[in-house]
Amino acid sequence: MTDIAIDPAPGAGAPGADPAATPPPGGPGQGPPPVPNFNIVPVRALPIVAALLVALIVAIASNNLWALEFFHVFGGGLWTSLDLFLGLVLGPIIGSLSIPARVEFTTRFMPKMLLIMPTLVAMTLGAGFQLARHLGNLEAAYPHHAWVVTSYVIVGVMAVIALGLLEPANLAVLFELKKPHPNGARIQRLMKVFIYTAGITGIMQILTIFIMTFLASH
Amino acid sequence: MSATTEVLPPGPGFGEPDAEDLRQAEFPPVMPVAISTLVLIVAGGIVVAAQYGRPPKLTVPVVLLGLAALLLIVNAILVARIKEFARPVFHRVLGWALLAYVVIAGILEFVFVFDHTPGRELSLFTGMLVLFALDVPLMLAFSVARWQPPGAT
Repeated sequence: MTDIAIDPAPGAGAPGADPAATPPPGGPGQGPPPVPNFNIVPVRALPIVAALLVALIVAIASNNLWALEFFHVFGGGLWTSLDLFLGLVLGPIIGSLSIPARVEFTTRFMPKMLLIMPTLVAMTLGAGFQLARHLGNLEAAYPHHAWVVTSYVIVGVMAVIALGLLEPANLAVLFELKKPHPNGARIQRLMKVFIYTAGITGIMQILTIFIMTFLASH
Repeated sequence: MSATTEVLPPGPGFGEPDAEDLRQAEFPPVMPVAISTLVLIVAGGIVVAAQYGRPPKLTVPVVLLGLAALLLIVNAILVARIKEFARPVFHRVLGWALLAYVVIAGILEFVFVFDHTPGRELSLFTGMLVLFALDVPLMLAFSVARWQPPGAT
């Protein structure tokens, strides 16, 4: 892990300085706040992602029902929880932070999300499709086929939202923060897109869980 | 462990519109076209998957796949014709995203081959995965490059 230290704003904390007279960095008419150095892609986490994807392939190739169930439930649970937590809990908190605090949080948080979310989605959907095939839930003759198709549609809408809005916003924020003069209003707009779309997909996930638990108990 | 601090030099107001904001209106509708392409790919996949276990009717998915391919080609042309554009950034993001999404599409293709998906459906799924692995990186690369100054690398 890299320690990230941010220098205090010029003048802040200087002996004899009046804190009230020093506007916070990033405020209106101020220069940009300090941006911690960060990697857009956390390279050190890539082996973990690779290991999870290899384990997923092994689970599919070995037709191991327990492993498939594990990947599907574990991935789906984390995906849902993260989306809901992000959209309904963390989002409003981030919105209430000062701009320097938001910048620091974003530079630490968003690169990790760039790897976590696609990995969880691949685990959940890959294992889920294979599990449903083994259990016969994919068959058109399955008595609750309409429920399964409804879950396809919900997942399809979530995929379009995640890949068309959420991921591009995530990446654009990180590249904006790498600029010599990041645009705060733009970061705020893109972060809103990220947080709102995460919340929407989280709520859609609840619908999916509703369908999945119905199918599992019938 | 290393401590890194990067204090930015004074610049324009942190939240003020800049040159990139002003250039947005000049860009062609790359994102709406790319999202439409993705919608067609996903819809095609749902139509095929919904018929699993019975002889599939492939006319609708084939049409959806054809439309998606057409939109992707149109989008590639739209991007190629943009004059003031951070092309090095676009190509850098496109390359890495392409690598990531080829891996994801490869895993899905592996699942379909492993499950002995019949030839016609497999061809259709493969076509969809190819379009998917091209469309998403294009979206990611454009959504980054559109906010970068044209000379950015």
